[in-house]
Amino acid sequence: MTHHLVVRVIAKMLIPFIMLFALYVQFHGDFGPGGGFQAGVIFASAFILYALVFGVETAREVAPDWVVRTGIALGGLIYGGTGVVSLFKDGNYLDYSVLKADPVAGQHIGILVIELGVGITVASVMTAIFFAFAGRQRRG
Amino acid sequence: MIASVHFPVLQIILPLLLAPVCVLLRESRLAWFTALTASWAAFGIAVALLLDVLAGGPLSYAVGGWNAPWGIELRVDAANAFVLTIVAGIGAVVMIFARQSIEQEVGNARAYLFYASYLLCLAGLLGVTITGDAFNLFVFLEISSLSSYVLISLGKDRRALYAAYQYLILGTIGATFYLIGVGLLYQATGTLNMMDLAQRIEGQEGLRGLRVAFAFLTVGISLKLALFPLHLWLPNAYAYAPSAVTGFMAATATKVSVYVLLRVFFTIFGVEFSFDLMPLGEILMILAVAAMFVASTVAVFQNNVKRMLAYSSVAQVGYIVLGIGMASVTGVQAGILHLFNHALIKGGLFLAMGCIVYSIGSTHIRDLAGLGKRMPWTAAAFVAGGLGLIGIPMTAGFISKWYLVLAALEKGWWWVAVLILLSSLLAVLYIWKVVERMYFHSAGETGENVERAEAPLGLLVPTWILIGASIWFGIDTRLSAAAALEAAKTLLGVG
Repeated sequence: MTHHLVVRVIAKMLIPFIMLFALYVQFHGDFGPGGGFQAGVIFASAFILYALVFGVETAREVAPDWVVRTGIALGGLIYGGTGVVSLFKDGNYLDYSVLKADPVAGQHIGILVIELGVGITVASVMTAIFFAFAGRQRRG
Repeated sequence: MIASVHFPVLQIILPLLLAPVCVLLRESRLAWFTALTASWAAFGIAVALLLDVLAGGPLSYAVGGWNAPWGIELRVDAANAFVLTIVAGIGAVVMIFARQSIEQEVGNARAYLFYASYLLCLAGLLGVTITGDAFNLFVFLEISSLSSYVLISLGKDRRALYAAYQYLILGTIGATFYLIGVGLLYQATGTLNMMDLAQRIEGQEGLRGLRVAFAFLTVGISLKLALFPLHLWLPNAYAYAPSAVTGFMAATATKVSVYVLLRVFFTIFGVEFSFDLMPLGEILMILAVAAMFVASTVAVFQNNVKRMLAYSSVAQVGYIVLGIGMASVTGVQAGILHLFNHALIKGGLFLAMGCIVYSIGSTHIRDLAGLGKRMPWTAAAFVAGGLGLIGIPMTAGFISKWYLVLAALEKGWWWVAVLILLSSLLAVLYIWKVVERMYFHSAGETGENVERAEAPLGLLVPTWILIGASIWFGIDTRLSAAAALEAAKTLLGVG
C-alpha cells in the first residue's frame, strides 16, 4: 500500500494519536471504561496500521522480535511482581492495600501497576500474532 | 520475610512467574536451571503443605486479601495436598530428565520456550488442584491446557502438530462444557466458591439447572481426563509429543482432571446428589469397564510403543474411575491410590521410552529387538514398570488393584473383581510383546548394531527414581495408602 499517498499521509498523522488514546485508555481505566486489555489492543493497532501501510519489514525494524518477546514476558512479570511486593510487605498475594500506608492509595497504585503489566503484554502479544500471520508467505 | 502461611500461593506463583523469566533469559542452560529450581521448590512446598494438612487440618488462603466467598480462596485439604505432591514431584523429576532429552528432540534454540511452557503447564496444574474457586479452576485449566498444546506441538514428528490441534479442539470443547456448567451453577446459586456452592446446593437438589450443570461438568471434565469414549485426543498427543512432555503429562494432566471430577462429585454436589439422584455410579462403572477392556485390547495391537502405553493410560483411567464410581471410602481410596501409583508407573515407563528415543531414535517395536543387551538398564526399567502396570505383587500396581478388588467385594460386586483381574491379563499381553522383542530377539539378524548404547545417566537416574518409587510404594504402603485414605475420608465427609 506504499504507493497510496493519501493513506500514507493520513496514517502518519493518525498513529501518534492512536498511541496517545491508548495511553489515555490505559491510565484512565480505573475511573472510566478501559484498562490494560483495551489499551494494549489500541496500542498494538497503531503498530499494525504502520505495518499495513509501510510494510511488515519496516515495522519489524521498529519492533524487532526481541522487543516483542521481552514485552510479552515483562508485562506478566510486572503483574506477578506486584503480588510478590505485597507478600514482602506482610500482606497476602496481590493485596494492594499494603502497598502504601493508606490502603485506598495502595489499592490505587496496585491496580495502576498491574494494568500497566496487562497493557504491555497485550500490546506485545497482538503485535506478535500480527507478525506471525503477516510473515507466513515469506517462509512459504 | 515470606512466612510459611503464604505457601499455598507460592505453590502456584513460583512456576508461574519464573516462566516469563525463562523467556527473558533465552539461554537454554540458564532457562533449564531456572525451571529446575522452580519445580523443585514447588515440590518442597507441596510436601510441606501435605505434612501441614495431615497434622493440622485444611488450610485456607485469601488471594488479594479478599475473603471467601467473595474473593478467590486457595484451599488445601488432605485430598488436594496429596495430588499437589504427586504433580509437583513428577514435575521435578521430569525436569532433570528434560535437559538432555529436550536438547536432542527440540534443540537448544527453542529450548527456552519449552521450559517456559513447561513451567506454565506445571503452574496451571498446581493451580487447578489448589484453588477453592470453581471459576478460578477454569482459568488454571486453560493455562495448563494451552501450554500443553504448545508442548505437544514441539514434537519432532510432523504428526505432533496434528495431534496438538486435535487435542486443542477437544480440550477446548471440554473446557467450554466445564464453563457452561459453572455458569449454570452460578445462575442457580450466585456463588463460585466451592464450599459455599456445596452449602447452597444442599436442599435445592430439585432445581433442573443444577442437574444440567452437573451433566455439563461431568462431560467436560471427562473429556479432559480421557474417560472412554472421550479419549480420542490422547493416543496421538502422547505418541508424538517430546518424550519429557509425554512423561510429564501422562503422569499429571489426566490425574489432575480426575481430582477435579472428585471435587465436583463429592465436595460440590455431594454423594447423595451425584449417586442417588443422578445415575452416575452405573454410568461410570460401565464406561470404566469398557475403557479397561477396549483400550487394553487396542493397546495389544499397537506397533508404536508410546502409542501402546497411551492406550494403556486410557485403560488405567478406567480403573481409577471405577474406584470413584463405587462411591465408598474404600473405592475412592483405591481410585486415589491408583492415581498416585499409576502416575509413578506410567511416568517411569514413558521416561524409559524417552531413554530409548534418545539412543535409538525410534519407538517402533521392530527397532527394540535386542535392547536387553544394548540398553540393559533402560530395558530393566521398562520391565519393572511393566510389571507394575500388570499388577504383580511387590509393585505399586498390585497395591491399587488389591484395594480396588477389596472395594468391589465390599460392595458385593464379585463380577467386577473378576473383570479387574481379567483385564489385567490384557496388560500382560501388551507388555510381554515388548519384553519378548527386547530380550528374545537379537538386534539385526546379521549381527550389526549390537554394541551397547545405554542412555546417559542424566536420563537414567530420573527414570529409575520413578520406577524405584513405584517398587518402593508397592512394598511400603504406609504413606501412600494412609494419605489416600485420608483424602477419601475428606472427600466423602466421614471421620
